[in-house]
Amino acid sequence: MLYNEPSPLETKVLTRRFGLPNSASIDTYVANDGYKAFEKALHMDWKAIIEELKVSNLRGRGGAGFPTGMKWSFVPRDSPKPKYIVVNGDESEPGTCKDRVLIENDPHQLIEGVLIAALAVNAKAGYIYIRGEYRYLIDIMDKAIAEAYDRGYLGKNLRGTEFSFDCYTQSGAGAYEVGEESALLESLEGKRGIPRIRPPFPAVAGAFQCPTVLNNVETFCAVPAIIRDGGTTFAELGTPKNGGTRLFCLSGHINKPGVYELPMGFPLMRMIEEVGGGIRGGKKLKAVIPGGSSCPVLKAEECNVAMDYDSLAKAKSMLGSGGVVIMDEDTCMVKAAMRIMRFYAHESCGWCIPCREGTAWLRKLLIRFHEGMGTRSDITLIGDLAKNMLGRTFCPLGDAAAMPTISIVEKFRDDFEAHLNERACPIHA
Amino acid sequence: MTFSPQLEAKFAKMLTNYPPGRQRSAMVPMLLFAQDEVGAVTQEVVEEIARRLGVFPLQVEEVLSYYSMLHRKPLGKAHVQICTNISCLLNGGDVLWEQACAKLGIGHKEVTADGRVSLEEVECIGACSWAPALQVNYDFHHNVTSDKLDQILESCGKSN
Repeated sequence: MLYNEPSPLETKVLTRRFGLPNSASIDTYVANDGYKAFEKALHMDWKAIIEELKVSNLRGRGGAGFPTGMKWSFVPRDSPKPKYIVVNGDESEPGTCKDRVLIENDPHQLIEGVLIAALAVNAKAGYIYIRGEYRYLIDIMDKAIAEAYDRGYLGKNLRGTEFSFDCYTQSGAGAYEVGEESALLESLEGKRGIPRIRPPFPAVAGAFQCPTVLNNVETFCAVPAIIRDGGTTFAELGTPKNGGTRLFCLSGHINKPGVYELPMGFPLMRMIEEVGGGIRGGKKLKAVIPGGSSCPVLKAEECNVAMDYDSLAKAKSMLGSGGVVIMDEDTCMVKAAMRIMRFYAHESCGWCIPCREGTAWLRKLLIRFHEGMGTRSDITLIGDLAKNMLGRTFCPLGDAAAMPTISIVEKFRDDFEAHLNERACPIHA
Repeated sequence: MTFSPQLEAKFAKMLTNYPPGRQRSAMVPMLLFAQDEVGAVTQEVVEEIARRLGVFPLQVEEVLSYYSMLHRKPLGKAHVQICTNISCLLNGGDVLWEQACAKLGIGHKEVTADGRVSLEEVECIGACSWAPALQVNYDFHHNVTSDKLDQILESCGKSN
């Protein structure tokens, strides 16, 4: 089901079947172009599939934005080892709730994307890893997989060809860090979700040390449309090097929060004002997290930006996972930084010291500061500690904790100054 | 130890999902599903899963301690998980959390005396656009208000 009204400004590619009766069923899927792309891909050369992906300018929707076609091309197709497809549905970046609606409303689109990836890299099995909290989605996915086996879209000799493929769900059990690809593979192998040192990358040594394509749910969901309508059609929806549409999750102080599918490069201010209906209560905008809590925060005056990977990189932030968190003028940025750091300190696995110690110290410092017990030198210390984590950890969790903190300290120093000489937060009495 | 026939069937299927010799891969979902049935990952569950997967109990404990949904002591029949992460915080998730603690007279990861309800302040549960949000066991509640929270807690307190 849908939890928010769609917007007339949306460009519906991945979400085009949302809202149809029984949109999660295979009957609805097949009646609305479902599995046509797979049937087409079955008779395409694998190189042509990867070429369509490259032309489409699809980039990884999990956060890093790596070109998908290129990622698939790194898989050593002729290796004697079996190849695997792994779907990252461990969605846990604060501000992000898009994979949830994709699986809930159209699970077969995900299966079809996985099948096309399998054809491209010659894989025989795939695992759809879904975070443990999303138990109902695992049930939906299991049902969809069973339907696909019944109708001959999974299993042996699919559609009368030599191609066989098996697909399974795998439940997580509560761990943000498992959203990092190598940690996810460890979890899939029944271990703690501690990241692996790379290289080798998953394309060469992934699941069970075999070549693996690992992408986010939304990335796989974009694949059927690309093969069905052509990479160029998808690419033209977006901006150069940022093909297609993506799902943006608007949350925070906004009139119409929700998940909306918009073309890449959609202007952020238009997203806030026209798609999201503006700031709640007629208040002024103070800050935006453009792509999940790990992204550097944008000040209101920095929000005249196009929402694509390159424009946000130019604005020294990130498109990330599409979680757009809007904060109004009454938001205490110290409190925001403190809550975000409490999260990263909780999720740090403790494997490497800069992250384990850095997040713990920053959490303590920010809690103390927010309570009005901070000193002027703490402001510098918070920024310095965060900068000392950057680039010094095995996995991106350290960077994810550091980046929002550095940006908030640098851009909202006034909020920190206001907490000096006060007994408690002056913004939230 | 044996689990319910439904869970045994699920586990039997699950063990065929992985390449030969990789059955340990079932560990994380097995622990979670066993916990759902037994109420906690007891020592008996640890040893049973270790036996079935051909690993030492210590290797199961090592995994168990990493994942935040897995716990060794039973929680309430209704485990109320309130998100206070950024999107929920901006919409009063922290106020809801305090309201729940005050109403039930318990804190983080504590259980009411009658064993019916437990509370946990959780990290992002993926309901950011419908914040503030909480989960009772696996059921999501979106756009929670103070009144709604009271109703949810009251119905949890009455549940068997």
